[in-house]
Amino acid sequence: MAGIVGYGAYIPRNRIKVEEIAKVWGADAPGYKKGLMLEEKSVPSPDQDTITMAVEASKNALKRAGIDPKAIGAVYVGSESHPYAVKPSGTVLAEAINATPEVHTADLEFACKAGTEGMFIALSLVQVGAVEYGLAVGADTSQGAPGDALEYSAAAGAAAFIFGKDKVVAEALQTYSFTTDTPDFWRREYQYYPQHGGRFTGDPAYFKHITGAAEGILAKAGMKPADFDYVIFHQPNGKFPFRVGEMLGFTKKQIEPGWLVSKLGNTYSASSPLGLTATLDISKPGDMILIVSYGSGAGSDAFIFRVTERIDEVKALAPKTRDLLDKNKVYIDYGVYAKYRRKIRKAE
Amino acid sequence: MPNPSKYWREIPQRYRLEAGKCTKCGFIAFPPRLVCPQCGNRKFEKTKLADSGTILTFTIIRVPPHQFEDQAPYAVGIAELDDGVRLTAQIVDCDSGVLKIGMRVRIEFRKIYEEGAAGVIYYGYKFVPA
Amino acid sequence: MRDVAVIGIGMTKWGELWEKSLRTIFVETALLAIDDAGVDRLDSMVVGCMSSGLFIGQEHLTSLLSDYLGKNPVPAARVESACSSGGLALRQGFIEVASGMSDIVLVGGVEKMTDVTGCEATYALGTAADQEYEGYHGLTFPALYAMMAVAHMHKYGTTREQLAMVAVKNHENGSKNPLAQFPFKISVEAVLQSVLVADPLHILDCSPITDGAAAVILCPADMAKKMKKPVVRITGSGHATDTIALSSRKDMAWLESTHLAGQKALAMAGQKIGDIDLFEVHDCFTIAEIMITEALGLVEQGRGGKAVEEGLTALKGKFPVNPSGGLKAKGHPVGATGVAQAVEVIKQLRGEAGERQVKGAKRGLTQNMGGTGGSSLVHVFEAD
Repeated sequence: MAGIVGYGAYIPRNRIKVEEIAKVWGADAPGYKKGLMLEEKSVPSPDQDTITMAVEASKNALKRAGIDPKAIGAVYVGSESHPYAVKPSGTVLAEAINATPEVHTADLEFACKAGTEGMFIALSLVQVGAVEYGLAVGADTSQGAPGDALEYSAAAGAAAFIFGKDKVVAEALQTYSFTTDTPDFWRREYQYYPQHGGRFTGDPAYFKHITGAAEGILAKAGMKPADFDYVIFHQPNGKFPFRVGEMLGFTKKQIEPGWLVSKLGNTYSASSPLGLTATLDISKPGDMILIVSYGSGAGSDAFIFRVTERIDEVKALAPKTRDLLDKNKVYIDYGVYAKYRRKIRKAE
Repeated sequence: MPNPSKYWREIPQRYRLEAGKCTKCGFIAFPPRLVCPQCGNRKFEKTKLADSGTILTFTIIRVPPHQFEDQAPYAVGIAELDDGVRLTAQIVDCDSGVLKIGMRVRIEFRKIYEEGAAGVIYYGYKFVPA
Repeated sequence: MRDVAVIGIGMTKWGELWEKSLRTIFVETALLAIDDAGVDRLDSMVVGCMSSGLFIGQEHLTSLLSDYLGKNPVPAARVESACSSGGLALRQGFIEVASGMSDIVLVGGVEKMTDVTGCEATYALGTAADQEYEGYHGLTFPALYAMMAVAHMHKYGTTREQLAMVAVKNHENGSKNPLAQFPFKISVEAVLQSVLVADPLHILDCSPITDGAAAVILCPADMAKKMKKPVVRITGSGHATDTIALSSRKDMAWLESTHLAGQKALAMAGQKIGDIDLFEVHDCFTIAEIMITEALGLVEQGRGGKAVEEGLTALKGKFPVNPSGGLKAKGHPVGATGVAQAVEVIKQLRGEAGERQVKGAKRGLTQNMGGTGGSSLVHVFEAD
């Protein structure tokens, strides 16, 4: 059965605390910390972008997969912060991991679910036998407008998955997608920062689509929440995943291993995928995992994975997600953050 | 602004550290060469450099060329990779206090600089603490 | 091969010459050399210039310069070897006269560096390194020499203060040179407290950005004698190259090209290093002078720092190094430096160096270097 052959994560080491951002804008830090369960977020260095993080996450996935990169027949990078408006991130990635030239590649964009959409395409191509292995990456260096609520959460990270039919570490048992046209969050061409519909991003957007996808996949698979060891929901803040989990009948215990957002922030296309890499890091053979992403605009992708015996062989072959999150981090102040994120107007 | 060909040509070296190994004396040429500086042989086979090494010397650049202004101050160093090849690159994710000769580093893929706001983005290898 | 003599020298005040263009700077200097030699014709011109293209957007330089010097249709060639372009011009002029191809040759060096911003100048100078494998990664020349300094300090225990003492000594000498860009003294404290450029090098460890030119007139020694001029011969010329990338060197704390060029020049002159009375060397950074004194054999390998600390290389020391003030105080218009070193040695051997005169100097040596030592030129001069 087709599934994940190798997985890898990447998180930049810079962090900024919610208090540091709140201080600049005179905002209520305790409110954000308690209300949204956010403490700090990752920030890319000036020399990191979606492409560099996608490459490092993919190199980690290759270490776990232990395959010849030339056998990868498709490469998809999902992001809402591709460094080029026109010119694929995927070609740089494919070249850097030595998967060129016999390879399909495309960049995807679907707010925070472009990564899982790439996973669905790569998995499907493997399932139908069009490619031997397919690589899908969710990566983002998202920007929230200065002072906007999103500035407290918009973070950076990448997660990569190689799909194939042999050497599988997590079998893909079922997939499902739930999509409608819901303008809850957007960024127009040539605009630097996105805009959003405030509380409209909640019930009719995040909650409707995630519950729709989760209920859909459970029905399709004939399963119930209690059948799962772990569940990962998209994490725009700390609170939403627990609330949607409660609505669907999942427990905190199922959610917590893949819940990274309070110390990581929202890594957009990498958000639920990084939750999955963190979960795989601690999973055992036979574990059942449900992942449901959410992308504004709007849609949710859901996958059911069953972990195989091979998981124990590959875990230690690349850095674990929680280690990337907790070790070697460095705190920056808002001035450095503003410089790194190019929020300071300089001379031409 | 240079034509992208100048950058594109070096991609195998910049992205994947591809080098040439002399078929006669084993000298590893990075970037690849047509003539072995050690034995004069003109035949090389493709090889890939080791992705970790040890810092031999370093400095912190505080007055950068204009393309690197946003990154300054930044450290650069020469490392002897585990295959004996010496490589020059930036050292990032490293607090200046811990920089020292003998420090272990590995290679990460990073953005090197950009050709202005509208030009090509240049990528390549940098050292990070191992 | 014919013996070659220097019969005329020219140099004007160096610095930030805002009101003067490259052609004006060069012609003023060349005229001084021509007048000093008292010659009425030139058979050839060789000019060292590193990067008029990047600094002022002008190539085809020697046609421009010979035209403005009023010497068309004289054959005129530009040579380039980064910061050793001037030394290379001297060698090419020497070869031309020695071979019998030409009798009277003007050797010049020129650079106009202040018409671009500091950043652009840093970039232009950086082209002397491997553009694709050093420059690409954001390396600058101060950074490359800083890495050489770190390697030297690590290997030999050379101290930060010893580096500063090179700058202090050269400014002391430069304070006696009215043509120097910075004719004043500085202290070790001033060096250590100046702005860091590339650790451990501070701004006062670095030679400056300078506009300037220098010129000499060469002719066969036999002809010089008949002219009843003070005759100074070029008795040795050595030239060697090394890898362009610092990382390719076996030893980053050693200047092999300078060592080899020095040996060749001394062998040609039939001299030993200890027979030389004064040295003009390429102190583009303080660490460079320390490494050059070792490579030329003035001191043992690793002893360059101690040598400056002990005063061995001071004006009144055993081996006076850079009586002119060196690149540090005199200035460093890159293409002109190699020729200006020769001008200083001739002045010294003629006994015309004023306050900084090395008493009784009969033999002098110049060492000019490109990049991080990717090229080196050494010349030996002897007064008749």
